Amino acid sequence: MREAAASQTATRWVLRVLVVGYLFLLVIWPVVLVARETFADGLAPVIDALRQPEVIFAFQLTLSAAFWAVVINTIFGVGISLLLVRYTFPGRRTLNALVDLPLAVSPIVVGLSLVLVYSGRTGWLGGSLEQAGLQIIYAPPGIILATAFVSMPLVIREVMPVLQEIGTEQEQAARSLGASALQTFARITLPAIRWALLYGVVLSLARSLGEFGAVKIVSGGVAMRTQTATLLVEERYQQFGVENSIIAYTAAFILALIAVVALVVVSSFQPQKGTRR
Amino acid sequence: MTHRTGVVEPPPLDSPIAGAATNAAGRRLLRGRSATSLTRASGLGLGVALMWFSLLVLIPLTAVLVQASEGGWSAYWESLRSPQTFAALRLTVGQAILVTVVNIFMGTTIAWVLVRDHFPGKQVLEVVIDIPLALPTIVAGLVLLSLYGPSSPLGVNWANTPVSVFLAFLFVTLPFIVRTVQPVLLEIEPEVEEAAASLGATQFTIFSRVILPSLAPAIASGAALSFCRAISEYGSLVLLSGNLPYSTEVASVRILSYIEGDKLTEAAALASILLIVALIVIVILDVISRRVARYA
Repeated sequence: MREAAASQTATRWVLRVLVVGYLFLLVIWPVVLVARETFADGLAPVIDALRQPEVIFAFQLTLSAAFWAVVINTIFGVGISLLLVRYTFPGRRTLNALVDLPLAVSPIVVGLSLVLVYSGRTGWLGGSLEQAGLQIIYAPPGIILATAFVSMPLVIREVMPVLQEIGTEQEQAARSLGASALQTFARITLPAIRWALLYGVVLSLARSLGEFGAVKIVSGGVAMRTQTATLLVEERYQQFGVENSIIAYTAAFILALIAVVALVVVSSFQPQKGTRR
Repeated sequence: MTHRTGVVEPPPLDSPIAGAATNAAGRRLLRGRSATSLTRASGLGLGVALMWFSLLVLIPLTAVLVQASEGGWSAYWESLRSPQTFAALRLTVGQAILVTVVNIFMGTTIAWVLVRDHFPGKQVLEVVIDIPLALPTIVAGLVLLSLYGPSSPLGVNWANTPVSVFLAFLFVTLPFIVRTVQPVLLEIEPEVEEAAASLGATQFTIFSRVILPSLAPAIASGAALSFCRAISEYGSLVLLSGNLPYSTEVASVRILSYIEGDKLTEAAALASILLIVALIVIVILDVISRRVARYA
């Protein structure tokens, strides 16, 4: 028995070292190196880079596109989750599977598909929309569409399981006591799903701020007009000169920081997730 | 208004991606149509939601398939068989398979260590696992370049080589198998393993006969997700791989250069392959999650 225990401990140590080493080489060390590269010459060049009008513009555009995409996804996500969980209708199973499609499709395919429909020159709907004065491709609405597309399932995936778990008992009680549908939603359903919803919104926001491929195709990436933060990182990194590279690293660092903070926030919700019921 | 005291719920659904293999909730079909069928307000809501979903997702993705079929079958095959496109597809699929195999082994190991082992700093590893998913892909490329690029402290320079494609795929697919296997492993009681051990089973036997069979569906769905993500990867390769034709150019980059050259039909043809693989993966995940639910 003692030999078995010893070999078990040995296996445990081998696996522990293997996993920590693997994660260190693949994720931890590279991320630390980028942070060090950003602050290689201290804080001053980073602050300088953040004052550049192109950088300010890119982050403003990214934030506003992400904001609208998250608003759309939250409303749509809660609505479609309620419909899928609380009602039966033909095609429900298919819709449930299709809702996950945006996570499985390449961002480049997403961009191409939006261009094919909404491009003013050749798109199915783009021509008539442009005549009505609404330019979508190579303009902010296209960026919002692409961002909303790629982050669409995140709210739904968080909210649906909770809606399923809480059941309909309380909602039906509220309704039978005379509450309207809206009151039932605001007083019973929304408080029950609020943590899952917040979790979904944070994930969705993080994904929206970081979208690159789909946005690159639909936006054209023109500086000061349609260049988002991720596109700025790409452009500046590929240009020569210390100034450009510090801008690329600074923007990348800020994006990474937002991602990591979002992760930490999200994982601090996890215990609540586990202890609920 | 119907006043019902009994609880009536529609049959449970789970997301093929989120729920595959991990959601083992029973799937009894309750037939409660009268109380769960659409009311006028919810019908209107469904209409609006479907319209938005169609405008944003379904019509654009259909447009890809329609555009791909523009020139007929012969033109479709011709564009896929162009040597450069074929080389890109071969590289993408080959590296995606390789990465998925590595992930099956490493992902399961990481999940096992996270669930069964206890050591200081384990909580940090939990966050580290999710970093690749949270990091913007362009930043992921920059991150990998810092350790494996021209100024690497390790003295290697894998930028602009096929190894960089492998590395980028490995980075972005890290969480998938870990996150599908972990919850299943949490549910397996250690007592089962202890019983097997007390009956004289070796560690290898315990793992292959007791643990592995229950993990198989979770590993399979994680592998499907990881393969799907790898073949569709773009952002992390932009700065890292150099996008050299016949050497490091992947399918997504090839599609992009077709778009930039205004060859939309060729772009759509290659995109349709990625789209079909994505659909197949979703169907596979749905099948796995139904199987698991049936046997649970």
